[in-house]
Amino acid sequence: MSALLSVSDVHIAYGKVEAVRGVSLEVNENEIVTIIGANGAGKTTLLNAVMGILPLKGRTTFAGQDMATLDIEDRVAAGLSLVPEHRELFATMNVEDNLQLGAFRIPKATAANSFERVYNLFPRLKERRKQLAGTLSGGEQQMLAMGRALMGAPKLLMLDEPSLGLAPIIVADIFRTIGELRAAGVSVLLVEQNAQAALQIADRAYVMELGEFVLSGAARDIASNQRVAASYLGFQHEGESAV
Amino acid sequence: MNTTIMLFLLQDGITNGAIYALLGLALVLVFAVTRVILIPQGEFVTYGALSYAMLATGQVPGTAKLAVAMGLVAFGLDLFFARKSLHARLIARAVAVDIVFPLAVCLLTYALAGPKTPIAVNIALALLIVAAIGLFLYRIAFQPIAHTSVLVLLIASVGCHLALQGLGLVFFGAEGLRGPALSNVALTAGALRFTGQSLAVYGLTIAFIVALWLFFGYSLTGKALRATAVNRLGARLVGIRTTLSGQIAFLLASLIGAISGILIVPITTLYYDTGFLIGLKGFIAAIIGGLVSYPLTAVAAILVGVVEAFSSFYASNFKEVIVFTLILPVLVLRSLAAPAVEEEKD
Repeated sequence: MSALLSVSDVHIAYGKVEAVRGVSLEVNENEIVTIIGANGAGKTTLLNAVMGILPLKGRTTFAGQDMATLDIEDRVAAGLSLVPEHRELFATMNVEDNLQLGAFRIPKATAANSFERVYNLFPRLKERRKQLAGTLSGGEQQMLAMGRALMGAPKLLMLDEPSLGLAPIIVADIFRTIGELRAAGVSVLLVEQNAQAALQIADRAYVMELGEFVLSGAARDIASNQRVAASYLGFQHEGESAV
Repeated sequence: MNTTIMLFLLQDGITNGAIYALLGLALVLVFAVTRVILIPQGEFVTYGALSYAMLATGQVPGTAKLAVAMGLVAFGLDLFFARKSLHARLIARAVAVDIVFPLAVCLLTYALAGPKTPIAVNIALALLIVAAIGLFLYRIAFQPIAHTSVLVLLIASVGCHLALQGLGLVFFGAEGLRGPALSNVALTAGALRFTGQSLAVYGLTIAFIVALWLFFGYSLTGKALRATAVNRLGARLVGIRTTLSGQIAFLLASLIGAISGILIVPITTLYYDTGFLIGLKGFIAAIIGGLVSYPLTAVAAILVGVVEAFSSFYASNFKEVIVFTLILPVLVLRSLAAPAVEEEKD
């Protein structure tokens, strides 16, 4: 089976500074893949470049299609969707309009189903559907951002720090929903600083440091890796010192 | 001054104000979606008005050919920018929009133009011509620099204004033109006489405001335009092409400009360069509305019209001075009330 998203030997630079250096990754269908790493490791940069917001050097394919000539809008139409770190909601429009615009690239008939699906995933959004997006709480905004992305029925959803600045109980809710997406046939590429939560729901993981992947493998193995445990999970295995 | 004069001035002011309101709304719309301060809005007014006036005399205005020429340039740009990912559908769209559309409008104009052409046909032709010019103006002059700062866009906008005004002199000559009235009926209510023309102005202004409100509030395309204005990156992330939003905004603005022109050309003689001053008054209204608020812009436009009418009665030499001075207290108040913000980069 060929990968849904394949990124090979990608370099991304801001001017002369290379933020991502020779990174390769794959996301298969029905798979949750996470990229963990410290602040400034280049995770967000990588996601933005895969979405087409930033230019990159290297080869990226999505669903067997070379993405080099596709701009953001084409990638959305092809089934790739990004929930960015800053969510980029339409703050002065209400929840329903935000969601409706999420289905901008799919036929109207399908959009009705999307509404139902999203409201099932996030009942809170249904309660707030006439409220302006800018007046929602942080957690609700994150739900709306994810809901808006899901409205377009993407094949792959890329999430950038969905837990950022949210209360633990909301984070648990969001991660439970991410887990449910796999069952609904949506693959997820998740970038997180909350490594523990991310590794719990992910199938595979990549560890990013200073613009390179230093480790990759099954999420379970990564979670039990002592170096990862020390650096990202905040504890040390007994009798071992951190690397 | 007696009540009758006051009522006359008020009526005159509201009629003009309604036109400024239309133009102000178009300016707000274009700025919100594309961040372009549309100086050439006035040229849309003159092009619409004078094309209509020329058609009414049975001549074909040069603007029809300009639309075809701009379409050809737009076609070249479309192909050039898409050269890395050319596919049949894209080429078909470019041919249809950039070549077939203006050519069809131009040929239609040649076929239909004549001294006996009905007014409605002339209006439709003038609107189509100016709509095409507006669409291609965005494609040629603004789309390639859409990501730059407001200042760069403003400079381009001034350039477009000068170029279009010069072309206007070539097409319409230095003489002023007047067009036939849309209707010759007149109603009398007390001392006031409402001409069919001024009723058409009110009716169309209200119709346009309602139509814009429905369009932005309820249609998916309208919401997409608003979304582009609220958050460009967010809009792109749901697959809205911001270039298409810009084209629609310009199309609407040029249509509104042309309609305004057609509405006033039976009332006043228009010259190739009159549009600028009219557009500028719409701009004052838009600035009072902060370039964001449609209702505030409409109200401000009526105010501008009324102030203009009264000052032309009391101090006609200073008419323009008084109207444009209106902007000063507004700018002072706004700069005091608004926190300093750096221009958003995107």
